[in-house]
Amino acid sequence: MKKKTPSSRRSADDRGFRLGTGFFALLVVLLVAGIFWELYRTSQLSLEKFGFKFWTGKVWDPVSGEFGALPFIWGTLYSSVLAMLISTPIAIGIAVYLSELSPRRLRTPLAFLTELLAAVPSIVYGLWGVFVLVPIVRQLQVVTPSWLKKVPLFSGPPLGVGMLSAALILAVMVIPFTSSVAREVLRAVPATQREAAYALGATRWEAIQAALRYGRTGIIGAIILGFGRAVGETMAVTMVIGNNPQVTASLYAPQYTMAAVIANEFTEAADDLYLSALIEIGLVLFVITVIINACSRLLIWSVTREVKFKPPKPVSTVAVPAAKGA
Amino acid sequence: MNRTRRRKFLSGVVVTLCAGSVVLALIPLFFVFAYVLQKGFSSLNWDFFTKMPKPVGETGGGMANAMLGTVYLILIAGAFAVPVGIIAGVYLSEYGKKTFAGVVRFTADVLNGVPSIVIGIFAYGLAVLPVKHFSALAGGLALGFMMIPIITRTTEELLNLVPGSLREGSLALGATRARAAFSVMVPAALPGIMTGILVALARIAGETAPLLFTAFNNRYLSTSLLQPISSLPVQVYTYAVSPYEDWHRQAWAGALVLVAFVFFFSVLARIVTRRLERMHAK
Repeated sequence: MKKKTPSSRRSADDRGFRLGTGFFALLVVLLVAGIFWELYRTSQLSLEKFGFKFWTGKVWDPVSGEFGALPFIWGTLYSSVLAMLISTPIAIGIAVYLSELSPRRLRTPLAFLTELLAAVPSIVYGLWGVFVLVPIVRQLQVVTPSWLKKVPLFSGPPLGVGMLSAALILAVMVIPFTSSVAREVLRAVPATQREAAYALGATRWEAIQAALRYGRTGIIGAIILGFGRAVGETMAVTMVIGNNPQVTASLYAPQYTMAAVIANEFTEAADDLYLSALIEIGLVLFVITVIINACSRLLIWSVTREVKFKPPKPVSTVAVPAAKGA
Repeated sequence: MNRTRRRKFLSGVVVTLCAGSVVLALIPLFFVFAYVLQKGFSSLNWDFFTKMPKPVGETGGGMANAMLGTVYLILIAGAFAVPVGIIAGVYLSEYGKKTFAGVVRFTADVLNGVPSIVIGIFAYGLAVLPVKHFSALAGGLALGFMMIPIITRTTEELLNLVPGSLREGSLALGATRARAAFSVMVPAALPGIMTGILVALARIAGETAPLLFTAFNNRYLSTSLLQPISSLPVQVYTYAVSPYEDWHRQAWAGALVLVAFVFFFSVLARIVTRRLERMHAK
């Protein structure tokens, strides 16, 4: 047995611990790198054959081997943007209410309830969408006055399934993500911001505005985070959007999204090119969501971190010594 | 004073709108729950838990195979995701200030936002493509990859709730860092870590998208790692998009079981985390 001083053995042990646990932490990073590499590798066929044309082509015809992904990009972006337009004001409203306005006693249960929205599995939203929401939307389409139907936004037969149903259900699913992060951001805004506003005679809303302005980068991060969720959401959208690859502005028209086409056609992809084209859509979905999530994290951290490391001095400790000196 | 009144009025309007948005968000939650409960309870029967699916067109039967399949997939996923997630979380909480820890934390958060369907393609490439057939293993891998970032981040957060003085105390008594971490810190945070795992399980138990082309589906009871396996979410999906009335009924029953599962673990996690926070807040 080699002679070792206890302290050197200890530091060797500690290094082993650091490297050992560090290896598992490294696995998390390797996982993300591995996903990218695997998707890139298996989509080679389609990447080489179509190049950039893949993203501008409007025709998706697996039988003749023609793959254009524009309708899916369109459907994903359109549904996500619509969902954000609906959900963002509500989510910010929830965050403001829960962090600034609600009675203390209501705060925790209400926060729990809104976050429960995120816990409901996507497939359950889909089931509810198919059997409850879609018939309601169809009814709405039936009673749409004919002059309104001439507007491209509301044109098309009353099918129920389509962009409007998808956007509505996405909005519900995204609200809890945006609102809980926005709440976290607002909680990180120092109380002095609001106190200062009140001291200057601000109303409640004006004080809230001050807090929102202070945390605006984080709030934007929260919105982007919700957008990332909407872009990647699969099952519920697949079940209510109608799955018809077309580029149209109509809210009533059945459309298709990137995630939905993968979910629907992956097991049917008979030849290698078809499969590779679907994986390329997955690759782009991955890259987009990684970028979106990276941006939103950085924005959110810039607010919540800053405060954690540099707690602003409470007003009283600054004011009291000055008063004593005077 | 007209201006002040206008400002106060505007403030009142905004406050009302904020409260209104909470109500607005809770309406769909209420409706989803109400429908799932109503439709689910009226469709749930003993057969649902004990019988296998009937052939197309026949009424009756249940989802016994799908429920066992989900449990089986969760076990596969947990078998590798729990140790990896916990140890990575221990690293983050012990060496949290290092740049590398920042990178890992960031990646875990980003990974958490990657759509589950993309993770499904990854598992497909790893475990289905090479052997050319769907398998429970591939499904378990996909679910496990989704669990890792959740478990890593909850473990870190809950370990950070444990007072640092415990670590310092054990180090002062001559413990190595590994000892301090695994014999003092982790046990102190154990109830929390267990709930973190349960939350991750609840999150992935309802996942459908990554299973569609990894675990696929199976009309029979299967316990083989290398055979396709049925799962509750995929079965609910298959039944929901089918044209049969009786299958719709069973889809609602399946949804109720899923929601009950998720709700139970969310509430449990809530209680344990609050208790831990209170315990260490002193």
